[in-house]
This record gives sequence, C-alpha cells and structure tokens, in this order.
Amino acid sequence: MDEMKITLVKYNWDKLSNKNGSIQATIDGTEMSVPLDPANRHYAEILRQVNAGTLTIADAD
Amino acid sequence: MSKARGLADFGNAYSDGALSNRNLIINGDMKISQLGTSFTGVTHGTYTLDRWELNEDSAAEFTITQSSETPDGFGSSIKLDVTTADTSVGSADYVVFEQRIEGYNAQSFGSGTSNAKPHTVSFRVRSNVTGTYICELKYDTGGYEASQAYTIDAADTWEYKVLVFPPQTLSAPANDNSAELRVSFWLLAGSNYTGGGTLSTQWTTTDNVRAVGQTNLVASTSNEIYFTGVQLEVGDTATPFEHRSYGEELAACQRYFQLYPKDTVVTGSCYNNDPDWYFPFVFPEMRAAPTVTFSNNPLIFCNNENSATTSVTSSSNNDNIKSIRLQAQSAAVGSAGQAGWLQLNAANSYFTLDAEL
Repeated sequence: MDEMKITLVKYNWDKLSNKNGSIQATIDGTEMSVPLDPANRHYAEILRQVNAGTLTIADAD
Repeated sequence: MSKARGLADFGNAYSDGALSNRNLIINGDMKISQLGTSFTGVTHGTYTLDRWELNEDSAAEFTITQSSETPDGFGSSIKLDVTTADTSVGSADYVVFEQRIEGYNAQSFGSGTSNAKPHTVSFRVRSNVTGTYICELKYDTGGYEASQAYTIDAADTWEYKVLVFPPQTLSAPANDNSAELRVSFWLLAGSNYTGGGTLSTQWTTTDNVRAVGQTNLVASTSNEIYFTGVQLEVGDTATPFEHRSYGEELAACQRYFQLYPKDTVVTGSCYNNDPDWYFPFVFPEMRAAPTVTFSNNPLIFCNNENSATTSVTSSSNNDNIKSIRLQAQSAAVGSAGQAGWLQLNAANSYFTLDAEL
C-alpha cells in the first residue's frame, strides 16, 4: 500500500506551555500542523515512519 | 415494494434494534462536500466529499466530483471519473472507494460475540462499465474481511443494490474512536486479491479471496462510476435510505473534518515583542485532535494595521479535541499585550481541521 509522503518534519515549540506543541510537516505536498495525538492519523503515520527508521523529526527552532 | 413487504421490513428493522439512526454511513447521500465540489488528480489516501476516501496502489488517477446526476429522491451523488488509466495491472494493484467507521459507531452489530447480527449494505450505483463488482466489509481489529459481489447490468443506468453480510463472531471491535469497520467498493483488484479461486463471502483474513471477479473500472479514461444512497445497517433487511437533514449530516461530518472559509476571524493577543501571536480557537468536538492546514497565510489585524503572517502553527495539549491555539508571527505588527485578530483575506482561502480516520 502506498504511504503518506512526509517531508520537512520538525517540532513546533509552544512558548506558552514551554514544550513541543505540534509537528510541522509537509504531507503529500501540503504543509500541516499535526497535533501530538496518537489518534490523529497524520501523527500516527509520522510515528510509524519514525519507528520504521525512515523519518526523523527535527527539533524545534 | 408492496405494502406487506414494507411492513415486514419495518418489523425486521425494529427487531434489529433501530427505527432511527439506522444508517451507520455518514454522508451516504453525498450531500456534504466542505472542501469543494471537484477534485482533480485524485490518488491514494485522498478524502474528497466528506467522509469518503479513495485508496489505491495503482497508476490510476481520478477526477472526483459531487454530481447532480442522481436517481429519483436524491440531490447528489459522487462521480469517480478515470483520468489516468491502469491498463497494466500488477498483482498488488488495487483501487477502493471507502468509508471508515469508528469503533463507537460499530458496536450495534454485536460483532465478536455469539449473538452477532448480519450487516446489510444498500446503495445506488451507475457506470458505463457493466460487469461484476465487489463490496467488502472489513473489521480492523482482527483484520476480518467479507465480500459480496454485485453486477452492474446496464450501462449508464442507476441500479439499486442490496448486499447482506453474515454475522461476524470472531473479533469484537474496540469501543473507542479508532477506525474499526470499513465499507469498501472495489474498482480494481490485482491477483493478490483475486487469485484465491472463490470470493469469500464469509469472514476471513485471506487476501487473495477478497475481490475475485472484480471488473477493472480503471482500464480506460472513458470510464466512470457514480454512487449515492449508501446505507449500512444492522440486520438482514435493507430498509429505505434514511434521509437526514443537511444540518444533521454536516454536524456528523464535522466530527471528522471542518472547513473555515475566507473571512473567518479568530481573535487573540500578542505575547511578546518578537512578536509571537496566540489565537485560541474553540470548535465543535472532533474525533481526535485535528491537523491544521491553511490554504494561504492569513493576515494579522492590529491597531489599524494589518500584515501577512510569516508562519502559522497550531499547538494543543496533545489530545485536545475541542480547542487549539494558533501561533502566528508577523514581522510588521504587534507588541506584547496588544489585541488583534487573524483573518484569511485571499479569495477562496480557508483553513481546515482534519480528524479523519
């Protein structure tokens, strides 16, 4: 099965809570803010690709 | 249908536990399409009309539209028009048009128990390509699938189909917000899904009997197929399509996807002199914390000025399904403590919240 094409992946730093607030990623050509919720399909796929060793999430700026 | 037949079906529906909210499919009459009415270059993993997704491993591409070509009693259908054909079908190739149902809504079948009930799928279909097609139900927990064949008998003619699937006693779906049951209409199937000999109408985890006999709809760019009036209900009887109001159907769809159009305003304040802006945004509860996508960078309005944002991101407490904070930056406006608002000004711009399955 084809998988989501995920590039340009990095955490977004939330200055209010002083922690990572989401992930900024380009998924199938569209830039998105992905919440850190395993029930979110985009985050689940990011985690799957990270665990498979095919994707790395960069630290927040 | 005779009056006696109708009353008998009504009695069966009552016995199966539902006289209202019978249809577990959302947007079965294709009336809701928040993101637009025409989608070009559609390939794997694309939602178009609300709740309906195309999945494939194929060279095929589609233009998918919300169509006014309908059978009597319906206002919309979905049209899948093949724009790139797959004429060299590999063993792993497939194309399915499907809807996933979350676990909370899949409990009424009693699946995974000895008292499990049948599933009935009914729908209206029209295509220029006659032949055998496959409709499949799949439970994600346990991976059990069952298929039923139907035939499109006449080209370019609406036909009503009813398919009854047996009770599934093998595995109970999770009672949560995950994808647990899917209804799939096959449009292409390679030998990995057809090579097992006989179509499995019983629940199985064997792949090569899932779509035996499936016609290749995507063999030509002249081909197209329409669906509407899709209903999945408990029991062995197809009742008339359950028409819900536009508002009810839209609200059901917005648990999974919400679109906010041009000129939507979100108020907030400037946090520091960088300047970082925060815009709290509360929305109707969704299935999961949503992915946020802006079609264009919005403007920040503050102190009689406005300026394009240089970035907009979201943040939340991970699994917050009712609100997010939009965090934006603009080089030109804002200092700590100032109030302002975020607004999409560009023509046809929007932002979306996506909690689809």
